[in-house]
Amino acid sequence: MYRKLLLAVALSVGLAGTAAAQEVTIGLTMGTTGPGASLGINYRNAFDLMPKTIGGYPVKFIILEDKTNATEAAKNGRELITQDKVDAFMGSVAVPSTTQLALIANELKTPLMALSPVALPPSKLEWTFIVPQPTTLMMSAVVDHMKAHGVKTIGYIGFSDSWGDIVYKSMQELCGPAGIKIVTDERYARADTSVTGQVLKIIAVNPDAVVVGGSGTGDALPQISLVEHGYKKQIYHNHGTVNREFIKVGGKDVEGAIAPTGPLMVAEDLPDNNPIKKVALNFDRRYEKKFGAGTRNAFAGYSYDGFLLLNAAVPIAAKTAKPGTPAFRSALRDALENVKNVVGTHGIYNMSPTNHNGVDKRARVLVQVQNGEWRLIK
Amino acid sequence: MNLAIALWLSQDAVTNGAIYALIALALVVVFTVTRVIFVPQGEFISYAALSLATLQSGKVPGTIYVLIGGGIIVAVLDGLAALRRRSLKSLPESTLLNIALPLAIAAAARWSASRPDDLLLQVVVTIAIVMPLGPMLYRLAFQPLANASVLVLLVIAVAAHYVLTGLGLVFFGGEGLRARMFPALQFQVGVLTISGQSIGVIVTALVLIVLLALVFGRTTYGKALRATAINRVGARLVGISSEFSGRLSFALAALIGAVSGILVAPITTIYYDTGFMISLKGFVGAIIGGMTSYPLAALGSLAVGFLESYSSFWASAFKESIVFTLIIPVLLWRSLATRRSEEEDDS
Repeated sequence: MYRKLLLAVALSVGLAGTAAAQEVTIGLTMGTTGPGASLGINYRNAFDLMPKTIGGYPVKFIILEDKTNATEAAKNGRELITQDKVDAFMGSVAVPSTTQLALIANELKTPLMALSPVALPPSKLEWTFIVPQPTTLMMSAVVDHMKAHGVKTIGYIGFSDSWGDIVYKSMQELCGPAGIKIVTDERYARADTSVTGQVLKIIAVNPDAVVVGGSGTGDALPQISLVEHGYKKQIYHNHGTVNREFIKVGGKDVEGAIAPTGPLMVAEDLPDNNPIKKVALNFDRRYEKKFGAGTRNAFAGYSYDGFLLLNAAVPIAAKTAKPGTPAFRSALRDALENVKNVVGTHGIYNMSPTNHNGVDKRARVLVQVQNGEWRLIK
Repeated sequence: MNLAIALWLSQDAVTNGAIYALIALALVVVFTVTRVIFVPQGEFISYAALSLATLQSGKVPGTIYVLIGGGIIVAVLDGLAALRRRSLKSLPESTLLNIALPLAIAAAARWSASRPDDLLLQVVVTIAIVMPLGPMLYRLAFQPLANASVLVLLVIAVAAHYVLTGLGLVFFGGEGLRARMFPALQFQVGVLTISGQSIGVIVTALVLIVLLALVFGRTTYGKALRATAINRVGARLVGISSEFSGRLSFALAALIGAVSGILVAPITTIYYDTGFMISLKGFVGAIIGGMTSYPLAALGSLAVGFLESYSSFWASAFKESIVFTLIIPVLLWRSLATRRSEEEDDS
């Protein structure tokens, strides 16, 4: 139904004549229902705040729903490219969905702004640009903090899904060189009513710290359970954790929790000479004006940064080709690959043929729950 | 593993097992009376838990819109049916039950939201919001096809599950909520700290089970339900309305779901779709009881609780697989050990 409506809109816009010929079309497939809903809604919300022009050209967004389902996302990706002739597309909420989109981007030669991490070798990512920080970059902030505080052993408890695996693997990668031993790999599901078993096992081993590999409010359960059972050492989380609901659910028990995140979450706390501060603060204010105080989140930031990257690349590509043509898509890809110093809400992007993410350590900060708020650890 | 850990795990197992047992009982009631494998049972848990948490944060939960909307649809359908029968006698009752009652409950919810510390009121309002959804769901989704095969009813149940989950997402959003603990009592028994919450869960479960036994054993309504469960045609012949039994069993299921939701809300984070997982585990318990036996279903659910708790300690990554794999040997054993009943044959 929604789809038909969009088609009708697209058609009428197309019929409106050649005035729209120079318009840039951007597709999005997002899962705002299904298991990824809690993140997907945030990604999607950012599109209510997108500007009317991109790189000086009028822009049209076509937004499809994939229900956090990889097959559905793939179908949407194909439709966006073959029917709607988008110049670039963005998506989606979960790793499996985004991985499918990256394969399609490669096959149909259309630039993709990946809004979640992707699990593919670089050769398959020729047309894909990954907006979020790599998990290892984020978790390295946690490991640095551990090193500075003399942590030698850590217990791990994470989701029994791909996210839990990704966080665990990046911890493995980082902890080896840092001389930190991971002593447990416990798993739980978001819908579990209890993690007592896993927590007891961790407490029996008594590591110097615990890392939780879940996301959002789902991360509160292990921490609450650990605190309830008398674990008093530091508990670390990951960049999927940081939102206000986590604190609302966890209350007193999550006080002191540390997590890495993008700068936009604590834009106010950033030093004034940080170029990200202005962009992030501006976005946070607009977002919270529309969706309410405290609703800022990393995911809407990724959507916006994806837009900013395209915004920087479109004028360059437009010098060689007209929007809506294969030549433009190819030129856009080349332009994206070479954008430099694009300041987003999460970091400063410097793409290169070998690096399709392009953020550095400026794209991560450590935050801690202090008095019921996420605050920057300086 | 030492004794302390074993005790902790057992406490956890009994607490969760008690909730699964409640759900299993609800599933058995609904299945025996209406032959519906009640997939949306879990939504009552989510709705109740999330409504409670929302009321505690001083807001009116979106579930009242589901209630009011559902009530209006039911009233309209009832009205149309009455017109077709050319008898408007039942109309005032239907209007009262499906429009006036939800509105009254909505008013109560508004009042309760303005009193975020009145726990008892919140619990009562939450039950009042969720319980009428059961009969409404029966009236809308199942009653028109009450004589369809078990498979068709299952398909409807799955559809109803998706509709209710979707509404839950709309009204509560994607992130989870957690209700405040009931009075934070704690007892120290040896190495074990027993929380008031888990005692509350176990006691409530026991009380509900005893009450159900009394209702089914002693009251006319309970006996009518049992009669329908044993032989639907026979029950109708002696004047028991199968529609009425259906609504009653759904009301019971919704009540049990609401109570379970309230019990579980302070223990864990509840999402709009959490209830499904909880009811699936209750379902495993019910399967162990062959979907017909209450004591076996309760014991089976307790077994699920223990299996889950201990496997979360030994092999947490495989916990769900271990719990759900339990279904296979149980089904094998049941299909070899039991004869097909008449009831299954005609479906």
